[in-house]
Order: sequence, then structure tokens, then C-alpha cells
Amino acid sequence: MSALLLTVLATSIPLLLAATGELITERSGVLNLGVEGMMLMGAVAALAAVLYTGNPYTGILTGALAGMAAALIFAFFAVTLMTNQVATGLALTIFATGFSGLAGAPLVGKTAASLPPLSIPLLDQIPIIGELFFHQDILFYMAFALIMATSLFLRNSRGGMILRAVGDNHDSAHALGYSVQKVRWMAVAFGGICAGLGGAYIPLVLTPHWSEGMTAGRGWIALALVVFASWIPYRIVIGALIFGGITIMQLAGQARGWAVPSQVLSMLPYLATILALVLMSMRSSSSFITVPACLGKPFHPGN
Amino acid sequence: MIKLSPRTNPSPWLSVLSPVIAIIATLVMGALIFTLLGYNAGESLYQFFISPLSRLDRISDLVVKACPLIIIALGLVFCYRANIWNIGAEGQFILGALAAGAFALQFPDTTSPLLLPMMVLVAMIAGAAWAAIAALCKTLFNANEILVTLMLSYVAALLIDVMVRGPLRDPMAFGFPLTPMYPDAGLITRMPIPGVGYLGQLHYGVLIAFILAPIAWWLMHRTLPGFQVRVIGSAPRAGRFAGFSSVRTTIGVLLFSGAMAGLAGMIEVSANIGQLQPNVSFGYGFTAIIVAFLARLNPLGVIAAGLLIAMAELGGDNAQIALGIPKVVTGLFKGILLFFLLAGATLQHYKIEWASRKARS
Amino acid sequence: MAQKKQPKIPLLEARGITKSFGDFTANDAVNFTLEQGTIHALLGENGAGKSTFVKMLYGVLSPDQGQFIWDGKAASIASPKAARAMGIAMVFQHFSLFPALSVAENIALALDDAPSLKDLSVRIREASERWGLAIDPDRPVGDLSVGEQQRVEILRCLLQDPKLLIMDEPTSVLTPQESERLFDVLRRLAKEGCAVLYISHKLDEIMALTSKATILRGGKNVGDVTPAKSSTRAMAELMVGEKVDWIERQTNGANTKAPVVFSVSQLSRPADTAFATALKSISFDVHEGEILGIAGISGNGQDELTEALTGEWLCPDANQISFQSQPIGRFTPHARRRLAIEMVPEERNGHAAVTDMTLVENTFLTHFERVTEDGFINKMQGHPALCEEITASIIKNHDVRTPHHNPMARQLSGGNLQKFIMGRSLITAPRLMIVAQPTWGVDVGAATMIRRNLLALADQGCGIILISQDLEEIFSLSTRIAVLNAGHLSPPQSAIDLTAEDVGLLMGGARASQTHAPSAFEGEQA
Repeated sequence: MSALLLTVLATSIPLLLAATGELITERSGVLNLGVEGMMLMGAVAALAAVLYTGNPYTGILTGALAGMAAALIFAFFAVTLMTNQVATGLALTIFATGFSGLAGAPLVGKTAASLPPLSIPLLDQIPIIGELFFHQDILFYMAFALIMATSLFLRNSRGGMILRAVGDNHDSAHALGYSVQKVRWMAVAFGGICAGLGGAYIPLVLTPHWSEGMTAGRGWIALALVVFASWIPYRIVIGALIFGGITIMQLAGQARGWAVPSQVLSMLPYLATILALVLMSMRSSSSFITVPACLGKPFHPGN
Repeated sequence: MIKLSPRTNPSPWLSVLSPVIAIIATLVMGALIFTLLGYNAGESLYQFFISPLSRLDRISDLVVKACPLIIIALGLVFCYRANIWNIGAEGQFILGALAAGAFALQFPDTTSPLLLPMMVLVAMIAGAAWAAIAALCKTLFNANEILVTLMLSYVAALLIDVMVRGPLRDPMAFGFPLTPMYPDAGLITRMPIPGVGYLGQLHYGVLIAFILAPIAWWLMHRTLPGFQVRVIGSAPRAGRFAGFSSVRTTIGVLLFSGAMAGLAGMIEVSANIGQLQPNVSFGYGFTAIIVAFLARLNPLGVIAAGLLIAMAELGGDNAQIALGIPKVVTGLFKGILLFFLLAGATLQHYKIEWASRKARS
Repeated sequence: MAQKKQPKIPLLEARGITKSFGDFTANDAVNFTLEQGTIHALLGENGAGKSTFVKMLYGVLSPDQGQFIWDGKAASIASPKAARAMGIAMVFQHFSLFPALSVAENIALALDDAPSLKDLSVRIREASERWGLAIDPDRPVGDLSVGEQQRVEILRCLLQDPKLLIMDEPTSVLTPQESERLFDVLRRLAKEGCAVLYISHKLDEIMALTSKATILRGGKNVGDVTPAKSSTRAMAELMVGEKVDWIERQTNGANTKAPVVFSVSQLSRPADTAFATALKSISFDVHEGEILGIAGISGNGQDELTEALTGEWLCPDANQISFQSQPIGRFTPHARRRLAIEMVPEERNGHAAVTDMTLVENTFLTHFERVTEDGFINKMQGHPALCEEITASIIKNHDVRTPHHNPMARQLSGGNLQKFIMGRSLITAPRLMIVAQPTWGVDVGAATMIRRNLLALADQGCGIILISQDLEEIFSLSTRIAVLNAGHLSPPQSAIDLTAEDVGLLMGGARASQTHAPSAFEGEQA
């Protein structure tokens, strides 16, 4: 049982990381559909670094930087040049998928060192939970730390408030003297760092070699996850566990011969997301967290 | 800091030139990246762009590959012109294929010539219905169509998976997740070229793509509904002034693009596979989005755009065989091209200024 | 013990402030004095220069000539931040708020160095109690009414301890009760030493609230008035000016014997956004051959009325609008065009015409039913090219100067595009024409031609509804005049019987009974 839970947790980490980053990006009003591509960039960069240096920790840095670089390309087009965000995000995914494929080709067949688990003394002695949560690698801890930090940032800091303001009404933010472009560049860059880290997790911890498309659509799931979590960080944890857990449930269910086809189970999170979207868009009250009002709209100063 | 300021008189030449400039810039950039990563730029470019045109049967494969892209993109052009961002063409494609296949498999022994037209109808209805979900969510609840159509794509992929492995499965397929083959009447056969014979995989379905493009242009520029789409997308208030209903247009373009994607799905399966499998689309729905933009959202441009993208796809296959470059690298060119196209669209209406301090009037 | 009497220096002096945009002089050598602790009105029609002046005060624009003297010292106001540092705060007509964020967060974002949210909430509650601006700092701004949202904007300013608070048309979004509450706050502010610059065109408010009023007209300061010693009449006259006396007035009397071609009855429309104006029981008739001028400062319901008349907004009761005795309140725009009703809305770009389409396509925009044959299939096949002849005809007959025979709408100058749009409607020989701001932003030659066309159209028996901010235009064209103010329409009166002053009074919010002229019927209830 605990082996099952461990697998669920491990599979969720890339989702957690990527979704947290995309959440910040979207709260600033930018829709970046390039998450899958940024994750792949992170994955290939991390793997290359580890193979080159032999030290898995270098993979973390390179993964983050690669994700960020991809995100900055997106920011240049979508934020500065005000291009259509949907098309630009897709372009990024397609480009980054191709680029990482090209960069990854020479790495095929090689196995890299993995990130070692780091036990947190004392806490790892707690039965069950100790093994699950406190005997993990550093990226695992970083993921949860990141979520907590993001939550605190959004709710309690001035920077977070400005970010939310820009995503809510970029014209008002501009009128008050805030640089919408700067805020969005930073939000997009952060999204890239997180996606890069999420991608890096896969070769560094899960499967220590390169295969094309090793993110297996996790970037797309992360996008759904942000909506499912209605743009609130702690809900991403719940959502990631559900999405991740369902994959595992499929296998478990098959082994036990459940009547419900596993694909139907897999559909549920997406259908739930659509339902959540509809409910959120219907509600007139703003006290319930709604879609960031400027999501997907390019900012044209002087309009 | 780069600042953009609106152009007072956008030049019409830019509109024509920018795709050309984008293509050239893409080639240059692509060559650069290849060289940086240690590949021979010249040979790679040859494999990607020249080799698909080097043999007649390769050209026919080009056309075959472009066929679904063109059909889907034609539908997307209508959506995007109306500012409705349908990115779920992938799911609508799958639904079309699924519905047509399920229909055909109900009549395993038929030889009726009506089967194919009926399959076309069923596919278009299914694709349209899938898009209609997003249309309802948008018009009734104001839910963002980007997110809804995207979610529905995931659901569609899972749906075909469960159907193919379940109710539609072929009991004699040795455990492989496949449906039985369609009856012959449900297949789209290869199309011979007079004087040359059969060329590669060239099939009759390709004709549909080439006929639909001018029809789509006609719809867009020579009918009232097409005019409504263009007005509402460009100036919604003028649309209301004219008396056009934006709700009806929203529903209309979503249904239309869903139907087109569904049609493409049905053609792909009937022409190239002949049975249903869990994976019938290879990202066509998403690639078609690039085709639509490359065509500057113009129905006639979609043919050229579709062929160009298909060429990159086939070129990728060749590059893989000849130089060991992974297939997925075509994405590199497609992505860069789309970036440059989008930038070109902005630069048509804005010019770049280098602002140091905020200048005040 | 006798207090030494200190001469109070004015808080703000403007000397010779001039600002031009190209050829257009928005402010022409404006002199202005604002005393400390007073509520001072800035009065004028649209285009008089009020907002330009105030933008310079707030550092958004800078003057070409002249200077500001603040607290006795010359001051150059370089940016809104600098203005705030000096103690100048402004509440704009269109708020800069964030609906998803709380009141406290909205205020924090506007402060240049904000305390923690917890401390700020405390200060907000204190200020809200002190000034009588009840507000809960934790509520999301999107849940507040417009009046409450305005309080947030005001608190944003008050928490900066300003010496001058500028308010731009604040009561246009408030109910009468909310306006009263606002006045209490402003009076308290003035008593505590903060001056208020109150921009408005509402004469009775200015009478009730302010101790001094400066009237701008055509970019010049035409009078500094003490409302208590003056009258709404005098202020109205200054506001609209004696200029009206020398324009060509419509000399035909209203022919009320002609049959009524169009009738609006008890038309009410709730405001559909916070910044819209509700229409209140509007009623009027239009006779064949007459031009009914609807005057008024923009923002008093003109857009909403135009939309109701064109059919872009449908009346809940079909009988509220009737054409030749047929109820058309629920007819769509193209259904109304079928009845020979034509319309030209105020905004050329993106409303009356599509800028990125050709003239032929723009003709098709309103002629699509005329050039197609009957039948569903035939109608669906209608396309712009069918309108080529019509377009050529319009261009020829209305002197539309074009670079070639079918340019994009955006390639035409404002005047030429307006001539085209007018021509597009005139060519159908309408029985009723609705035009809003027909010569706004149009060169003199084109404007003259457009007005001549309207007069000729009326001569042919067409009824015309002319909605305009331009009094000169109203008086030179209209046979009868009504005034739209805060969603109310005054009873139409014969133009000959009205003076400019009367109209100015009505534009400023007076009731018809206060004017000279006899009205068609009395007793418009508020």
C-alpha cells in the first residue's frame, strides 16, 4: 500500500511543480500553453548536465534555467510583441518539443545518476508518513516548499497583490503606474523555472534516461490542473494527487478486475474541470475565486 | 526597452510579404540551431525541404499528409476570424473518426454506395456535437472556450480508447486493441492519376480537401454568414449595429469547425487505416492551428500552408532515415515559423521604438 | 485676544496655462485661482477644456505655456506621482479598481508607500468613520455598488492626506441620496482645510455645493463666479455663450400639424453597467419633415438612447417605440431599416463602419437585405460585391474623397468617412433618420455638407432625430429642441422660442418649468 502511495506521490511531483508555475503565470493574466515544451526542455537539460558532470544536483539548476529560457522566448512574443497567446504557447510547445528531441538524440541509451533521497532526521521516523514524506530527494521538498511559498506570496505579499491586480484588470494597474509588462515577464519566467524543474524531476528521479516525449503529456495535465484548482495553490496539491492517483488507480483497478473502465476514471478530472469552469464563470459574486479576468488578453497600453 | 506604437498607415505589402519573410527567417534560424547542435545544416535542410519533392510518389504522400491538415484548418479559419479560440480540433477529429467508424461497423456486410456518404454525415455531426458542448458552455455560461475545448480533447482521446478496447473491439485481433476492418464500402480507395497510375497513398479523400478550400473561401467572402463572421470578429459593435447576432455566430463557427475536424478524422481513418485504433490522430488538430495561422486565416492560403507544413512533416521522416535526426524535430521548424508569423502579424500594425525614458507629450 | 489676520495665499494659481494638440487649442491662456479650504467648481460643456486642464494639474500632461503656482511657489508637476507628493489627489470618472481584490488591497495598491494590510485596514476603518464613508475593508470591490466603489476611490485619495482633491463628474454614477452623502463628505473635507476642485456641468449641484465656480468655454476661462451671488441662469449663459446669438438659426417654426412619423413612449432602460446611464420614461414624437434636436452633455444617456432607437437594445415592451403607428420596440436594426428608418451612430470607427473593411463591404453592412433577393438561400448568398454600384453612387453624390475606387474605411479622413456613412443612409430615402454627433471630428467643409444634406432630407418629408453636444449645430438645424440630462428628456419645445440660455439651463439639470419658453406639457417628474 505504501509503495502505491509512494508511486502516486512521485508521479505527482512534476505536475505539482509545473502547475504551480503556470498558476502564477495565469494569475498575472497570461495563458502559457507551452508548459509541455518547457518541461521537456528542463528534462533534456537536466539529463545532459548530469551525464556531463556526473552530479545529479547540477541537473536541478540546468533544468530550471532551460525551462526559464523557453519561457522567456514566449514572454518576448506574447507580452512584448502582444501576439496571440494561444498560438504563441502552442508554438512554444511544438518548438521546445522539437528542440529537446534534437538535443536529446545523442543522449539516448545512456543512464544517469539519480538524485539521492535525503532523510530529514527525526521526522523520517514517523510511521508511514515518515517514509512517504521525509525520506525523499531534494526536488520533492522543493516542490512542497514552492507551493507554500507561492501561496504565501500571493496572499500576503505586496508583490503577490500586484500580480493579482495585473491579472484582474491590467488597465487599472497601468493607470496606477505599475508596469504590466514587467510583472508579466517575471510571472512567465517563474512559470518556466517551475516547469523546467518539473521536467527535470523525471530523469533525475523517475526514469534516469532520455526518451522522446518523456513528459507524456504531463504539461497538458498541469494546464488542466491549474483550472481544476481554480487558481489557488494549495488546491493544486489535491488536484495533482487526484490526477496522479487516477493513473495508479487504473492499474490497480485493472489488476483487481473493476467493472468501470479505467479510461472513464481518467476522464473524470477533465470533466470535473469543465464543470468547475462553468460554475466559476456563472457566479456573479467575486468573493469566490474566479478566472483571472485578463487571462489570455494581450495588454495594449493606451487603449 | 522595446515599445510598440501603432502604425498610422499599415502597408498592404507587409500583409503579403510577412509569411515569406517568416519562412526565410525560419530556414535561417533552423540552420543555425542545427549547426549549433552539431548537425550538418545543409544536408538537414535538404532532407527536410527538398527531398519530399524529389520523387513523384513523395509528392503524392505530401498531398495525402496535407489533406487532414487542410480540412481542419479550413474550419479553424472561420473560428479564429470570429475570435473564437477553438483549440480542441484534435478531440473533434477523434469524435468524427469514432462516430463514423462505429457507424460503419454496424453494417459489416454492406456493399451499398450510400455507406461512405452516411459516414461523412455521421462524422460531421459528431465533430460538430463535440464542439457544440464548448459552444453551449460559452454562450450560456460564458466559460472560456480555450479551456473547455482543450479538456474535451483529453476526454475524446480517452473515449476512443475505451470504445476501441471495449464495445468495438475485434475479437479476432489476437488481443490487439483494434476494431474489425471497415467493410470495403466504407473505405476510401486510392486514386489513380490518368496516365501515371497509382501514386503512393494518394486517395480520393484528397479531392475533398482541394474542393473544400475554394468552397470555404466562397462561404467566407461571398455569403452573408461569412460576412457576419468577419464583421463580428473585427468589430463586434458594428456587427450589432448591422443586426448580426454574435451568439449565433459563435455557435455557428464552432459547429462548423467541429464538423470539418470530424470530416477530416473520418477521411483519415477510411483512407489510411481502415479500422479504428486507440490512436487515430497524430496531433493533426494542433498542427492544423499552425496551418491556419500560416495561411493568415485565409481559406485559399490554407492549401499552400497545409502543403508546406506537410512538407516539413515528411521532411522530418526523411531526415530521420537519412541522418538519424529524430522525427520530432520538425516541431522545431513549425514552432519557429509560427513565432515569426505571429510577430509579423503584430509588426504589421505596430512599429518598434526604443524608448529609454517615458516620453511625455 | 485679537488674532493676527494672516492673508491667506491661494492654494493654487494657474497663470496663462496654454495647451495645444496639433492645431487644436484645448486650453488658451487660462488663469485660475483656487483658495485653500474651498469647494471650487470647474464648469463647462464637453470640449471646453476642463479635462485637459485637470490632467495638467495631476501631472498627466504638461502645459505648453504658463505656470502653476502651488502654495505661493512656482511648481512644475511632472507626473501623477509628483502631484501626489505635492498633495494633489484625483478621483477620475472611470475608476481604476480591481474587482477581485478587497477594498484594503485596492487602496494599498494606490498608495506610494503602503503600510501592512492589517494596519491599513485599521486606518481605513478610521478614515471611513471620520469622513462618513461607510466601507468594509475586507469586501471584494467587485461586490460593491458603484457608489461604494467611488468611496474606495475617495478613500484612496484621503489616506494620502491631500491638500487638494479633484473630483471629475462624481455624481454621474450616483443616486440622489448618494450624491447628498458625497456632498457632506466634501463639505467636511473643505472645513478641515482640504480644497476640492469639483468638475461638473450640473448647475444645481454647483449652486448647492460650491463657493466659487470657474467657467471654461472653448479653452478659455470666461468667468469666475460666486454661485451664491449669481444664478444658474447666469452660469448657463456663460457656459454656452453668446456665440449662439450669431449662428444661423433654423427659422422655420415647428410644424406640429404634420403627421407624426415616429413616437417614443415611456421608454425606460436600466443601466446595464456601473457606468451606464439609466433612461427614465423618455417620451417624444417626431413629425414628418421636422428635425428634433436632442441636446445634452455627453454621458447623460445619449449612447443608451441611440442604442434603443437603432435596435441594438430591444425595448421590453414593443409599444415603447412606434413608427407610423406600428410598434417596433422589439425590432432589430435591420428590421427597422426595412421600414425605411436609417441610423448613423456617434462612433465612426468600429460601430458605424468597420475600419478594416472596404467601402463596398461597409455599404453591404447596412444594405445586405436590400441587395439580396428574397428567400433564405438567396439571402445567404448576399455578398459585398453586390454593393459596388451603390458605393460608387454614394462616393459620387456625397463628395467622398478616396485614394481609389474602393479603399479601406481607415484610409479615409474623418470627414470623408462621415460623408460616406451619411450618404450610405441617405441613398435609401429614409422616412426617419437618427443621427448622433454627425459632425464630431469632421472638417468644416464636410460638416457643412452634412448639415445641408440633413436640412434637404427634412424638406423632403423625412423626420430626423439629431442627437448632438454641439449647440451651434442643434440651433442651426432643429425645428424643435429637447434636452437629455441624467437620462431624462425635457419636453420638446419649438426652437424659435428657446434661448441658448434656456438650453444651457436644461443641460445643467434644470427642469423645463424654470425656462422662459412655454412647454408642450408640464410636469416631468424626477
